[in-house]
Order: sequence, then structure tokens, then C-alpha cells
Amino acid sequence: MTEVERVGYTEAAAELIRRLVERNGPVMFHQSGGCCDGSAPMCYPDGDFLIGDVDVLLQELRIDGVVEPVPFYMSESQFEYWKHTHLTLDVVPGRGSGFSLEAPEGVRFLIRSRVFDEAELTALGLL
Amino acid sequence: MPVFERPGSSGSQIKVEDKYGHFIGGEFVAPKKGEYFDNYAPQTGQVFTQVGRGTAEDIEAALDAAHNAADSWGRTAPTERANLLLKLADTMEANLEDIAVIESWDNGKAVRETLAADIPLAIDHFRYFAGVLRAQEGTISEIDEHTVAYHYHEPLGVVGQIIPWNFPILMAVWKLAPALAAGNAVVLKPAEQTPWSILKLMELIGDQLPPGVLNVVNGFGTEAGKPLASNKRIAKIAFTGETTTGRLIMQYASQNLIPVTLELGGKSPNIFFEDVAAQRDAFYDKAQEGFAMFALNQGEVCTCPSRALVQSSIYSEFMKDAVARVEKIKMGNPLDTDTTMGAQASNDQLEKIKSYLEIGKEEGAKVLTGGEVAKLGGDLDGGYYVQPTVFEGDNSMRIFQEEIFGPVVSVTQFNDEADALKTANDTLYGLGAGVWSRDGGTSYRMGRGIKAGRVWVNNYHAYPAHAAFGGYKQSGIGRETHKMMLDHYQQTKNLLVSYSPDALGFF
Repeated sequence: MTEVERVGYTEAAAELIRRLVERNGPVMFHQSGGCCDGSAPMCYPDGDFLIGDVDVLLQELRIDGVVEPVPFYMSESQFEYWKHTHLTLDVVPGRGSGFSLEAPEGVRFLIRSRVFDEAELTALGLL
Repeated sequence: MPVFERPGSSGSQIKVEDKYGHFIGGEFVAPKKGEYFDNYAPQTGQVFTQVGRGTAEDIEAALDAAHNAADSWGRTAPTERANLLLKLADTMEANLEDIAVIESWDNGKAVRETLAADIPLAIDHFRYFAGVLRAQEGTISEIDEHTVAYHYHEPLGVVGQIIPWNFPILMAVWKLAPALAAGNAVVLKPAEQTPWSILKLMELIGDQLPPGVLNVVNGFGTEAGKPLASNKRIAKIAFTGETTTGRLIMQYASQNLIPVTLELGGKSPNIFFEDVAAQRDAFYDKAQEGFAMFALNQGEVCTCPSRALVQSSIYSEFMKDAVARVEKIKMGNPLDTDTTMGAQASNDQLEKIKSYLEIGKEEGAKVLTGGEVAKLGGDLDGGYYVQPTVFEGDNSMRIFQEEIFGPVVSVTQFNDEADALKTANDTLYGLGAGVWSRDGGTSYRMGRGIKAGRVWVNNYHAYPAHAAFGGYKQSGIGRETHKMMLDHYQQTKNLLVSYSPDALGFF
């Protein structure tokens, strides 16, 4: 059985990632929780954010024109509440950012979610 | 009640310049790289001014100014500093209405709230820390007959503060008041969604402080926030925001071995026990209002009571009244004092809330009211408005677990006290909680049992100075709005003094 995709992306997100990688080198994502700019994916130069044992790698995004796969992480505790949903990385006009790389472009990465269907949940061992 | 004119319009006395620089060393200066970014009015979605796009060079200039000022500021008498804070408060009070309109225009929130809460609370906060400083005492410990340990409070020096956009002025003052009272110089970076109101505040109060004591650099997190948070010339960093950036801030602080205070949000439960509905009296009415408090500040509050837990025995009646109460919320022009809920602060915030409305519906939560973006007509159509929304579902759903930061409450039922406590604590966060009951015992046990830094009993969303505010669990480190925050901005100096003329006899 093929592996179930946990994180996908829109073409707009791919295009933005290509631009950011061109400017900053390889990048990574960490999904934030909590206040203000939270509940949003944060994009950093790869390695800027220290990944630890408390984090889960959800997906390595393979994007046309980007050599290195782009890792997408989330803290394990947050993942417990998110694991039944498929995430799509998208981008919208906006300002909010934390220290995420895309903010000066006047855009913001955004997560869209859907609940995994039964086949996916079975494959993920969640049923 | 009035409808205020928009700042910068012919009917308003509030001026809006085409662009604003940083406030460094007591004056407004252009950004070193000469770049500015657009600032939007959330009420209409239109750009109304431009603000300096700060970079590492601007942060360094601000730190130069702060370091030049820090020593002499730190040596001023507590009375002098306290009096200065009182003067800032008096100036703000004399201009309360203008500041309230400015804050509403920059953030999108209803002016009714900035008039009654944001700005009066900020004023009181300066006064509180002026008082706390005057009353603060060091300690003396008698070690033995001839040896005394003296403990003095000393400022840290130069501190960095990164401020959120939900209460731009109030959150700045929460951090500025204790830092300045303690004798520190500050470099403050406002949120890029709301960079303007603090600059307008600096126009009013900036010249009352010695140059360099308070510096404001605007810009994006990655361009201005990071060079501040990771800077080896700050003695402390304070941040309000979310968990991933919070971790990043701690990571930078660990490299410089400096202390951090963090406030990182929550998913606060608001719990209604059956005895609330024992009578249809004033208290029942108050509890109903307490339910609707999720809409305060459009839900953009770290302690938004975004999970409501209602006891099963009263659920259907209580919710019928609660939904009716929520449906009375009046959306509209935020500068109209009759408007009770304004605009979300930014477009991406609007988009995020929309994405949660979608996932809530998809996970099977039932929309009891709202559930959609709001279109208010005229040029407000371009603004960022969301209907107050009540979802019914269960605590495992993502809308019950994530901070949506919008006017959205997710409601579920509980059977008994143990059940309520279990659901209340089933969250990553622990910032706030509400307990509503006529029974003191129930409230006490719940209040102590909930793992959160602030539990409101029979009230909600009150933020008085002198009551400590801060998080358990992933909601942060430190306690604001209380004299204990002074400690977070002070070193302890111990002088250990021997008054004995005699040698110890060791050597």
C-alpha cells in the first residue's frame, strides 16, 4: 500500500516556497499552536528552528524546482489532536507571521484541513 | 452615542502622516534601509499609511540608544521613575478618546472596547507599577550576630519586548510599565499588523521619557524581530504570541543565556454548572453574558473562552438563551460606539478563521448560529468581519483544541464535576478558564483543579492590575499585571557584609 499523504500543498504555496528557497536556501516548516499568529505554519531557513524529540515529521514535501525535500514538523502533543486530519499548505494575502520567512512578501502560509477518509484512517492505523 | 470620524479624514482631529519612521533615541527616524510597508485599516481593508520596515541595522541603532540611556535611567530614584509613569498615565488619560479611536482604527476592534477597556486599563497599568515601585523594598537577612545579607533590586539593563496585535497598546503597556518602573531601557517591536497606534502613542508620550529609554522599531518578525530576540545586547526578552515562535525565542535566549517571559495563548474552557439556571435572576443573566464573552475583541484574546462546557441537565434551555444572547451582538462600523463587535485584525486572520469554520463543519460540529464571514455593506465590505459563531461538538475536535482567535466558541456538555474537570484539562494550554456556579465549594474545587494560571469565578475577561496573569502548560512562562512582574525585570544584588573585626582563624 502506498503511504498516505499527511501534508499536501497548493500550486501557490509551491511557487512561494520556490521563491523563498531561491532567496534563503533550503527551508523547513513547523506548525504553530496558540495565540495571535498561531495555528499557522511557520517557515524558516532549514535548521534555524531546533527540532527535538517532542516533534513529529509529518511529511517531506517534494516540490518541483526545489532540490531538497521540505520537511513539515509539528510538536508531538499538538499532533495528537491533529493526526486524523489531512493538511494542505496554502498561501493567502496577509500580514501575520511570527518570524516566518514569507511575511515581508505581504502573504501568509495557511493550513487548510480535511478529515481523512476511512481508507486513509485505516492505512494510518487510526481506526 | 457618537460615531467617530476616521483618523486622517477631514472631520477627525487625528492626523495620519503618509509614512512613519521608528522611534529611536527620543525622536522619529527613517528606517536605515529607507523601506516602508503598507498598513491596512481592518475596518475597510484599505491601506491608510506606511510604516518603517525595520531591519537589523535599525535594531542596532535602537540598542545603541537604549544602552546610552540605560545606566543613568537605572540610577534614577524610584520616586522619579514612578512620577514619570504617573505623568505618562495622565497624558494618556487626557487624550483617552483619541487614543481609543486610533487603536480601533489600527486594530479593527470596536471603539466601545478601547474606550472602556484597552486604554483605561493601560493607563491604570502605568499607575499600578508606579505604586508598586514606590512600595517595593529590599530585604535584610541576619546571617549571624555580625553578618548581614542585604538584597537590593537592580535593573537588568536593556530589554527586548515583542508585542502582539490583539491589544497593541495595552499589551505594550503590560510589558513597558514593569520594565520602565524597574529602571530598564527598552527596545520594543510592535506587531506588523498593528504598527501605527504605538507610534501615535509615542507622539504623545515619547518626549516625556529621557531619550533612548523607550525605543520602538517596527518591521517583520524575520527582519526585525529576530535581530532583536537573538541579540547579545539584550538582558531579557519578553514575547506574547504563539508556541512555535515562543520556542524560537527561547532558543535564541538560550544562546545568550538570558531570561525569557512568554505568553503563548490558550483554549480556555468556560464552565457552566446546573445551579446557574436554578433561577432566572441577575446572576443567570450575568452567566449568559459570560458565555457571550467569546466575542470580546472579536475573539482575538489569548484567553478567549472558546470552549464552553455546559452541564447536561440545563444544556438545552441554557443554550437556547445563550444563542439568543449571541445573536444580539451588533456588528458594524467599529468607530460607532453602538457596535459591539468589530473587524478581525488582518486578512490572514480572517482566512485562518474561515479555514476553522470549514474544518469545524467537516468534523461534524453543528453550527448553532453564525458560521460565516460577514459582509457589512459600503466600504466595510472590504474589511475583515466574521459572524459570532457557536459550534456544538465534542472536545476531541480540532475546533475544541486549537486557538482560532476569532469569534467562535465550541460548546459541549458534561455530566458532573469530575467530567467537567477532565474535559477542561484536556488541552495543551492553561492560560485562562471560567467557572460559573452558585455553589462556593464547586467553584473552589474546580478553580483549584483546572490547570490554568487564571481561573475566573463567576466573571470573565476582567484584567485588573494586581491580579497575576500568565500560563500553565504550553501557555507560557511568567506572570504579568502583578508586582511579581517587576521581579522578571530585575536582578537581585546581594551584599554579604561582615561587621566583625575578627579573623575566621582558617589561615
